[in-house]
Amino acid sequence: MTKLLEVNNLSISFTQYVQGLNRHDSKVITDLTIDVNENEIVAVLGSSGSGKSLLAHSILGILPYNSHVTGEIKYKGEVLTQELKEKLRGKEICLIPQSVNFLDPLMKVSQQAIGECEDDKEREEKKIRQREVFSKYGLDESVDDLYPFELSGGMARKVLLSTALLGDPNLLIADEPTPGLDKQSVEETISDIKNLKEQDKGVLLITHEINVALKTADRIAVFYSGHVIEINTAENFKDADNVLHPYTKALINSLPRNGFKLTEGVQPLDDVIGCPYYENCPVRMDKCEKNKPKLINHNGVMIRCFNYEEVNDES
Amino acid sequence: MIYFYKSFFNSFFKTNLYTLEMIKINSKKLAKFLGYKAIRLLILLVVIAAISFIMVQLSPIDPVKAYLGQRIVSQEQLAIMGEYWGTNLTLGERVLGWLQTLASGSMGFSLIYRAPVTEVIAQKFFASLTLMIVSWIISGVVGFGLGVIAGAKEGTLTDKAIKTYCYILQSTPTFWIGLVLLMVFSVYLGWFPIGLSVPIGQLSDTVTFWQWLYRLILPAITLSIVGIASLTMYTRDKLISVKNSDYFLFAQARGESFWGMIKNHGIRNILLPAISIQFLSFNELFGGTILVEQVFAYPGIGQATVAAGLRSDVPLLLGIVIISAIFVFVGNLIADVIYQYVDPRLRSEDDE
Repeated sequence: MTKLLEVNNLSISFTQYVQGLNRHDSKVITDLTIDVNENEIVAVLGSSGSGKSLLAHSILGILPYNSHVTGEIKYKGEVLTQELKEKLRGKEICLIPQSVNFLDPLMKVSQQAIGECEDDKEREEKKIRQREVFSKYGLDESVDDLYPFELSGGMARKVLLSTALLGDPNLLIADEPTPGLDKQSVEETISDIKNLKEQDKGVLLITHEINVALKTADRIAVFYSGHVIEINTAENFKDADNVLHPYTKALINSLPRNGFKLTEGVQPLDDVIGCPYYENCPVRMDKCEKNKPKLINHNGVMIRCFNYEEVNDES
Repeated sequence: MIYFYKSFFNSFFKTNLYTLEMIKINSKKLAKFLGYKAIRLLILLVVIAAISFIMVQLSPIDPVKAYLGQRIVSQEQLAIMGEYWGTNLTLGERVLGWLQTLASGSMGFSLIYRAPVTEVIAQKFFASLTLMIVSWIISGVVGFGLGVIAGAKEGTLTDKAIKTYCYILQSTPTFWIGLVLLMVFSVYLGWFPIGLSVPIGQLSDTVTFWQWLYRLILPAITLSIVGIASLTMYTRDKLISVKNSDYFLFAQARGESFWGMIKNHGIRNILLPAISIQFLSFNELFGGTILVEQVFAYPGIGQATVAAGLRSDVPLLLGIVIISAIFVFVGNLIADVIYQYVDPRLRSEDDE
């Protein structure tokens, strides 16, 4: 079976001019590898502001012009070029954005969901489809004529979700779908996303809320300082002993239900030569400082840590 | 107090009652808005009239001398002239006299045109109004169009060319542009007449529409040029901020085409503020008219203003000042109304 989405060794950096004409490349995502199958929800879990959204933007080809991208992205086995991204976005690959700010403030929501049309016939067809999807998510006809600022938080979520589903996509990218929502809305969003899986769609869920990732996803990729350090099943995430990377273990132990054990240290802002977790790692070795571990497969779990590489070598 | 809140919230949730209340608040709000504006206009007019009176009083120009020029007249004739121009009156007498005339429903009698002020203004203002409307529309359409193109193609050569053009225009005085256009198109190329709204030696009643339009082109272009620059820069800036917005990004992610997005999301979000800016520019338009009419010898309100000022025609000057103040005020009022009652976001805030 070909994978729905494959991202191999993706790196994204931005060229900035600091102090006059000195160019500075700031690397936001380094060597990111991840894949999504049909019928699967994969969560990318990382702290706020770590550049997770850029992964979504690069899949859709909407990165700003001063960004520099290396690596490859494949959709159904085919390499996604910029032209292909432009062809597929909004149809096969859709984005569920963060908040109501992603809707045009001066356009009625139904009009916005329908989007661009070539002629009246297409508009009418899309209008019927829009009504269908909206009603499926409990949005009645009075919602059609509302402006985005008139929507409540929960309604806005459903509008954004329905808007993304209008084109009947195979792959959905949900970028922080639950910020600032009350508990009930979060539960609803989680069940809505899980529901998509049952419709044979693949979902890439980008979030910083570990509980949302745990409840929703089949697999979770942990994003640390621009690197994916571990991709493990959500099942294994329930217990700190079942995850491999020391950071992931620390993350799970820090959850309230697991004893609230906090560790010191912050994520490095700039790209480092060695392992990004070197400074805070309890099990670090000498070579971790100058060498960067690769993302390797260790008994079906993707892990970026020398501790497991050695185990592999010995066995 | 608690009881008050409770009853307030109870009535809040009775929808039909609430709707009724909403309409009431709305009409009340509108009445309040217009009443407030009317009071402001009144205060504005009083202040402007007062300043004009003081300026005329302080003016070093002796209207009798200005009228006579180099002609030699006797002392008796001078005294009659002085009475006609009101040089023997004090400021208080002038103000009182003017207010009395105003109370009787007229604006007085123009001393240099020897006709009622209202008649002079109506005639001159109409001539200028066509000039102003034509150039207002040209600057609006061209300015907005250039702004959209520059904003959409931000950073390209097209954008840089438009930006440079705007900076040059913005930093050039209107009358100078008028002179340059006159030299190029009327003197060297001979495409347009040098001045006047009517061909020399022809009665104004016999002028055809095309003759009139032909003579309007150059002054109208001059007047619109400065308006273009500021509107273009404003539109460009607004469009760029829309392009950087989250909703523009989402529209892109949903596969909308670039120019479709500029049309659907860009123009939709910048048209309203751009129209408001254009209405706010009425004062520049009026100021520009005065200069352009001087350069092109176009007999409109601008020339009448200059004449009234230089020759101390107090009734006419005050009439023009008041009419122009109302003109600019109406422009600002329209801009305000557009923001408050057309934008759905502000409109609803009013409802609540």
